[in-house]
Amino acid sequence: MTPIVELRGVHREFIKDRERVPVLQDINLEIEPDEVICLVGESGCGKTTTGKIIAGLLNPSSGEMLVDGRSLASRSGKEEKLLRRQLQIVHQDPFASLNPAHTIGDILSFPLRRHRMVKGSGGLQRRIWELLTMVDLTPPGDIVNKYPHQLSGGQRQRVSIARALTVQPRLIVADEAVSMVDVSIRISLLKMLQNLRRELGLTIVFITHDLALAKYFAWEGRIAVMYLGRIVEIGRTPDVIANPAHPYTRALLAAVPEADPELTRHKQAMRLRSDDIPKLTALPPGCAFHPRCPFYVPGTCDVNVPALTDAPGFAQEVACIPVQQGQAAQQIVEDDVDLNPVPAHGLD
Amino acid sequence: MTYDRSHVVLSVRDLSVNYLARRGRVRAVSNVSFDLHAGETLALIGESGCGKSTLNLALIRQLPNTAVTEGAGILYTYRDGRQVDVLKFSDRAMRRFLWSECAMVFQGALNSLNPVLRVSDMVYDTASAHGIGRDEARRRVLKLFEQVRLDAARVFKSYPHELSGGMRQRVLLALSLLLRPQVVIMDEPTTAVDILTQRSILDVLKELRAELNFSVIFISHDLAVAAEIADTVATMYAGEIVEIGPVNDVFYKSRHAYTLSLLNAAPRLSVGREELMSIPGSPPDLIEPPPGCKFHERCAFATDVCRTVPPPLVEYEGGRLAACHETERVLENALETRKAALA
Repeated sequence: MTPIVELRGVHREFIKDRERVPVLQDINLEIEPDEVICLVGESGCGKTTTGKIIAGLLNPSSGEMLVDGRSLASRSGKEEKLLRRQLQIVHQDPFASLNPAHTIGDILSFPLRRHRMVKGSGGLQRRIWELLTMVDLTPPGDIVNKYPHQLSGGQRQRVSIARALTVQPRLIVADEAVSMVDVSIRISLLKMLQNLRRELGLTIVFITHDLALAKYFAWEGRIAVMYLGRIVEIGRTPDVIANPAHPYTRALLAAVPEADPELTRHKQAMRLRSDDIPKLTALPPGCAFHPRCPFYVPGTCDVNVPALTDAPGFAQEVACIPVQQGQAAQQIVEDDVDLNPVPAHGLD
Repeated sequence: MTYDRSHVVLSVRDLSVNYLARRGRVRAVSNVSFDLHAGETLALIGESGCGKSTLNLALIRQLPNTAVTEGAGILYTYRDGRQVDVLKFSDRAMRRFLWSECAMVFQGALNSLNPVLRVSDMVYDTASAHGIGRDEARRRVLKLFEQVRLDAARVFKSYPHELSGGMRQRVLLALSLLLRPQVVIMDEPTTAVDILTQRSILDVLKELRAELNFSVIFISHDLAVAAEIADTVATMYAGEIVEIGPVNDVFYKSRHAYTLSLLNAAPRLSVGREELMSIPGSPPDLIEPPPGCKFHERCAFATDVCRTVPPPLVEYEGGRLAACHETERVLENALETRKAALA
């Protein structure tokens, strides 16, 4: 199947204080129609920038993005407009992404009218009702005349999703879309997104820093782990979570506390060589993770940039030379977990 | 962690906080009671608006003027055994009490540190306000910085903007212990930080606790963090503590429907495929809370009694308390879930 979106050798840099900041480097990613793909990583890893490029909000500095197998630049203006419309984004903060001066009805009607998605005022109202029902904001009559401040965070996020659906997209980028919503309400939002995906045949790019949430949401899809502007590991979610290949992924999974006291207190710890994340403006040579990596091989990791490719013993792709050479397999178990490096005495 | 169950440091009795709003009284905290023991870590968990932050600000009397605090007392026991009621402190006594007996670590470390002062100056200011000399303060803080795995000498001379988020949070943690308080209150200290940073803060906190044996009140919406560091967990809903008990009991043998529902909504990494459930509806209006149990409108276990009679906080085996009419059904359900998880 032709990927709905394909990133080929995408680089993206920003200029900050006259300095070039390479936020994304050599991103290659194929997103299949109907799939769920999660981009995970810590702040500054480039997951949001990748999401914005996929949604067509940012252009790559170099490399290209293909939609349905062809670059946007090679298409006619009309075609490009149509394709861009099919790629939508839902932002993190529903307090900031909805105009406080407009009612929910207005917020949904603007894109419907601008893009001539409906005919006549009867059609407009019917479509707004339909959209609100799709995101479980029922009865719609209670919602349309309300302003964003009269809704809860979860309800507002539903409005954001409904707004993204107005233009009948084929792909939605959900950028930390449930991070600001309470635990008890998150799951219903995620379930709604999954239902919409099934009913409308949507592709979802889900961006999150929460690995447990990524695991839950993308169980039937894929996870891409990002670190300092590169994808370091990508594969089917159960493979990546149960059998992580990249040392960074392993460190992340080991570090996450679990909502289960016995489980979380008996987790295998993994100590990195350094806690400091390098600056994007001063990236280490070779693999950007090598100064922190417990598998570090001098002369290799600090010289060569690892390619994202297969590794023995793993179903997923990984960008780590020792793992690709099968050297790191034995080192998974951390032999020396010293939780008390400081001499055990009090202040006095 | 083990802690001394015979020695209560802080005893909160029947504390209520109301905010005066135009529409009426917002009952942010209602009739909360609990005991904090020496060396114990108590996690207060709950969602936004459940009153956990208000409760903590009330404990250190830092609420705005629109809040009215009432209660039978916040009894604090000094190291020498003297007991005082924090509610009866004068402003001056309160200032002396804070930091030296009870310290705070807030979320968002950058807001807690003065951007135009070096870390060293903040240390000296705090120390001199509490009658500790510069040399002594310096000696203590450098040692604390080492204990929280900071480059002590460098951090001491730095301005806050020169430190990363994780470093700032560890600076705050160290500073909170400068005057050797018995109690440290932490409000979402790991919420705005990345995974690996959170891990290092949690590890450091565990080490410090083991060495210095202070008590912690830890506020969090994150069940996983609570599961990891708490000895005791208290679930708050709509301003009330609805369940409190040892961490394993609360997580594996929940006796309140809200605790169980929260746990059923929390994804876990290392358990394969999971069926999770949201809690329907949203938290109640605290000006006109629903009659009966405040959770009944969202509760899968609710019966007619729940809709009319507010459930009292009842004591169960193992020093546990829960306020739920359907506690036996909830417990049965929790035990089944646990059995299924272990199978």
